[in-house]
Amino acid sequence: MDHGPAVELGEDLAIKKKTKLGVILFFIYFIVYAGFVTIGVVDYKLMGKIVLGGQNLAVVYGFGLILFAILLGLFYNWKCTNYENLMNKEEES
Amino acid sequence: MIYGVSILAIIIFVIFVVFVLGLSFYFARKTKSASSYFAAGGTIHWGVNGIAFAGDYLSAASFLGICGMIAFVGYDGFLYSIGYLAGWIVALFLVAEPMKRLGKYTFTDALDHSFNSKAIQLTAAISTLIVSIFYLIPQMVGAGALVTPLLGLPHWVGVVIVGTIVVFIVATAGMTSTTYVQFIKGGLLIIFSTVLAIYIFNNGLSLVPDNEDQKYHEFVTLNPTIEDNVLSVEGYDVVAQKEVKGHQFVKVEKNNVARWYDLVQENGLPVLKEMLSTTVPKDGDKLYNGEPQENAKFYQVGHMSKIIVDGKEVESTGPLGPFKFLSTIAQSEIVRFLKVKFNDGDDKVVVWHQSITSGKEMMMPGLKFKIGEGATPMTKLNFVSLMLALFLGTASLPHILIRYYTVKSQKDARKSTIIAIAAIGGFYVLTLFMGLGAAVTGVLDVESSNMSAPLLAKAFGIGLFSIISAIAFATILGTVSGLIVASSGAIAHDLIDRYMGKNLGDAGKVRAGKIAAFAVGIVAIILGISFKGMNVSFLVGWAFAVAASANLPAILMKLFWKKTTAKGIAWSIIAGIVSALGIILTSPTMWDRYGLDKLDAPHMLDNPAIISFTLALVTLVVVSLATQKDNEKLAQAK
Repeated sequence: MDHGPAVELGEDLAIKKKTKLGVILFFIYFIVYAGFVTIGVVDYKLMGKIVLGGQNLAVVYGFGLILFAILLGLFYNWKCTNYENLMNKEEES
Repeated sequence: MIYGVSILAIIIFVIFVVFVLGLSFYFARKTKSASSYFAAGGTIHWGVNGIAFAGDYLSAASFLGICGMIAFVGYDGFLYSIGYLAGWIVALFLVAEPMKRLGKYTFTDALDHSFNSKAIQLTAAISTLIVSIFYLIPQMVGAGALVTPLLGLPHWVGVVIVGTIVVFIVATAGMTSTTYVQFIKGGLLIIFSTVLAIYIFNNGLSLVPDNEDQKYHEFVTLNPTIEDNVLSVEGYDVVAQKEVKGHQFVKVEKNNVARWYDLVQENGLPVLKEMLSTTVPKDGDKLYNGEPQENAKFYQVGHMSKIIVDGKEVESTGPLGPFKFLSTIAQSEIVRFLKVKFNDGDDKVVVWHQSITSGKEMMMPGLKFKIGEGATPMTKLNFVSLMLALFLGTASLPHILIRYYTVKSQKDARKSTIIAIAAIGGFYVLTLFMGLGAAVTGVLDVESSNMSAPLLAKAFGIGLFSIISAIAFATILGTVSGLIVASSGAIAHDLIDRYMGKNLGDAGKVRAGKIAAFAVGIVAIILGISFKGMNVSFLVGWAFAVAASANLPAILMKLFWKKTTAKGIAWSIIAGIVSALGIILTSPTMWDRYGLDKLDAPHMLDNPAIISFTLALVTLVVVSLATQKDNEKLAQAK
């Protein structure tokens, strides 16, 4: 029995580029996230240091990770949409 | 703790439930095919799907569990928020589009794409069921925790109500009704959490957190005298003294009421500080602070002992901005109530003693996860393992993965994930404010950390409490619906139709899905009643660990390593499930749950992911390399 997509998907020529970009951005975020965990394990007192606007490193880094995820997501979508518009249009013409 | 029943809360809750059931009836007429039942026909708008993702994901663990954990252990609870959100990065960058491209109704479809392997169909379906059930437990526990203050009913009734409504929602219209329930609930949760945060900022901080609902209890301090090692207190009879884990607890009696106090030294003199306590006698009813529950002497707690604003000590602050709120707490002192259990003769006693905690400690990791003072390599490993599970777990949760099949295209799958990240990220920022707000507003029920956020809302007015409680209940309805759809897909589509080769046909598959939803609902109800009292976020941490270990190595390697074989995937899933479950079931927390001493557990690891994920990954690589001939045969057959 067929178990492909529930809806008919058009051909997407930008898959390779999007996949590569996704992997790069994943590793960038992973390194920043791992940095947070490493500080916690290696020198947790650093987390209590005031670093910005009266906030300690734990708060700034924690909020920063959430904000960074949103910004990376928006950037990824913008780049992927560009790839799709460019490459899928090239194929049509 | 005794909660007064709120009529307004009941009305709002009933309106919501009626609306949701009406919606299910409406969509039921349109849900005839398997595609519409399991994947909403792939017709959901990406914006709706994004908020529905948030509705799916912001479960009882996020709203009740994280806020509660932050209220009791500060920043350590917020680590869950950070980890849960980070998990969406894996979903967006690595999994979203391929899942949409390769699958149809279930995540097994995507794994099995190009293999058509019975082993994958069986193991992936079992994994879906196990992960979904692990995730269902905390949702049902949360439902029980909520129903007590909301409707004044016992825990088990809440579990049964949620189970019944959800089975109805799923069995009528499957993924379509589930999606819209989650969309509405996700939107409402974010809006009203923002409202709650605004109330917190306007309320500011105060040493005496009286609120509209009730005056804060003034905790008593007694001045005992000690002569020849014999302790006495004027006006009281000293009836027992216990040394437990470095604390001296003293039971004193007055007017036939016995209460426990904490003996501490202040300025070189002994003082007895009032505690909260429960006593379960061998025969007889549980006593709260030495009296029957109905006497209402078991107080809500959580206050500050010192407030410092810009270097000056003050009694209250007035309204504060979000960042000023955080920095003021970091400079001040909070009184937490820490739990200690012991036996007094035949009585089982639990006390909560006052512990002054600096705001600095409250605002950084370390109160729950021992990574600083007193840390051992094992406690640090536990912390790393938890953060790994949260990061890797999201993209392997079956009820999240199936949501990629409800949109039209890969582009829509990607866009809906970004909407989800923004909505969920915004909500998680609010959890820190809600949790800390609850910690200092005198609203905490020491017996149920899960109730912190709704009880905080109650301090600001019964209207807000009613709405927040109804939304929290809806939160559980939405998430449980998603989990039951995922489980029913695994049973009807993966196991019966594909693995057993029954060729059910469209209508048969929908019918089997509905029966499966009913069966899973019953199991969820039973487990929800059995696990009463555990912090829901902690339980979800386990679900993430099992999902990350059983599913993610298989998904990632299938997508990114061409040498992956069907046997490699199947054995990796088995290794992930067995090792994660094995570690969890023999963990110190489960040992405590079995009624044994935590220290006697075979190992000290509470979070299995670091071992089980690695083991599953290694298994996949080794088995795939050993079975490369399978892939060669597959290529020749094509």
